[in-house]
Amino acid sequence: MRAVISVIGCDSVGIIAKVSKVCADYGVNIKDISQTVLEKYFSMIMITEIDKITIPFAEFVDQMNNLAKENGLEIHTMHEDIFNAMHKI
Amino acid sequence: MLDRNDIFETINMIREESLDVRTITMGISLFDCQSDNEDRLCSKIYDKIMFHAKDLVKTGQDIEKEYGIPIIHKRVSVTPVSLMCGNISYDGAVKIAKTLDNAAAELGVNFIGGYSALVQKGFSNGSRTLLSAIPEALATTERLCSSVNVASTKAGINMDAVAEMGRIIKKTADLTADRSAIGCAKLVVFANVPEDNPFMAGAFHGMGEPETVINVGVSGPGVVVSALRRAGNSCNLTEIAEIIKKTAFKITRMGQLVAMLASERLGVPFGIVDLSLAPTPAIGDSVAYILESIGLEKCGCPGTTAALAMLNDAVKKGGVMASSHVGGLSGAFIPVSEDAGMIEAAKCGALTLEKLEAMTAVCSVGLDMIAIPGDTSEAVISGIIADEIAIGVVNTKTTAVRLIPFGKAGDMITFGGLLGEAPVIPVSQYSPATMIARGGRIPAPIQSLKN
Repeated sequence: MRAVISVIGCDSVGIIAKVSKVCADYGVNIKDISQTVLEKYFSMIMITEIDKITIPFAEFVDQMNNLAKENGLEIHTMHEDIFNAMHKI
Repeated sequence: MLDRNDIFETINMIREESLDVRTITMGISLFDCQSDNEDRLCSKIYDKIMFHAKDLVKTGQDIEKEYGIPIIHKRVSVTPVSLMCGNISYDGAVKIAKTLDNAAAELGVNFIGGYSALVQKGFSNGSRTLLSAIPEALATTERLCSSVNVASTKAGINMDAVAEMGRIIKKTADLTADRSAIGCAKLVVFANVPEDNPFMAGAFHGMGEPETVINVGVSGPGVVVSALRRAGNSCNLTEIAEIIKKTAFKITRMGQLVAMLASERLGVPFGIVDLSLAPTPAIGDSVAYILESIGLEKCGCPGTTAALAMLNDAVKKGGVMASSHVGGLSGAFIPVSEDAGMIEAAKCGALTLEKLEAMTAVCSVGLDMIAIPGDTSEAVISGIIADEIAIGVVNTKTTAVRLIPFGKAGDMITFGGLLGEAPVIPVSQYSPATMIARGGRIPAPIQSLKN
């Protein structure tokens, strides 16, 4: 099973490191990162594997939401199926 | 592989365009709760609802969090309570209402539907008891919703019931006059009522439904508005219909996913997805704005019925392929008080009761959440109901009436929350009292020789 973590916000040092650390802490494996900085805006999409996640996924979403709040970012952590359902037949 | 643009499109729909799943509604059969002892009946009803729906809210919240999809309401619908009322007194019927309300409060659902009766051909004892108890039931509860089906294409229109509903709506308005007649916002009169509708106030758990079932209603007028605005003014109407279809497909696929997840986690069979465009008072989340994006100066101006017909059809065409089972009210809703654009249009006089009636001939449901003057007579209310119901009966579609007689023409009535606020719309001062007093049944319409 995979989850998509999208991060949007003002660019600063260490955003990827902070997000990756939370992933590593809970056994979430990063499969792909696509990231750009447009002017001062940082935007990233991380595709992760959550098969070996060590806490319930809903709690992992909370952790990411906390990280977002602490760093003034917008982070959406969503199960992959929502995108497959909406965009693939 | 997931496409970056697809991911941002979905996130943007949820963040900026008010995309949500409007409701997960669990239908629960109460047939096995039957008893001629009122206390035992009520305790059985309470226990059964609590047993089946105990995890409904939690499950909805979990899905919401894991998939990032807002799920606005978790609700419960039950077997039409009139079927339980055969041997029950007036007080017993009110007691059932309070029992349902208590169960809803305990579960944390915002509405419970099914305080309902089907009387298209006539009244059973249970229906009579229930109808008489509706005003008090709605006045003494918070979360209870009531609906009465007074007509069908196969049975015709029960005009005795239409007359009775005029009286019941007035009485409900009187009993809840201290709260802007809010009781009337939870009471719908139907023709051709669907038995699997997840939306309130008209939801109930039909006779042919399984023991329990999960029905889901989707929403997303804001997403359609944004898609149309992005397309600009150079598209012709064929292209507009295509955009609406594709958007409806995506919205409905999300609803289908949520329905399957909820069904699996709760161990309750999946019933249907209701292909709906249900507005909210939030700015941007408006069906009227969709119509205005198509190119109307104000919703209600000439051309509105045609634009709405296309919208309604495109929503269904896009949605049908996205879901394995479709049902409920499926189509664009036009509840005046719950739609910022409709409120504006009604306020400035662009949208009148007569135009709304015409619009309901081509879209889902009917004269919904419309405030009319508080001094409107019972007979005029019955006349408005009869007209709207006739549209449904003759066109083999569901129509409904949810009127709130309160205040004076031009006043703004505030209900709060998703029920929104409505300007009081003037109604004709000429009376159909003699016709309404005749009673009887309008025979079922012929189904051939269509002109």
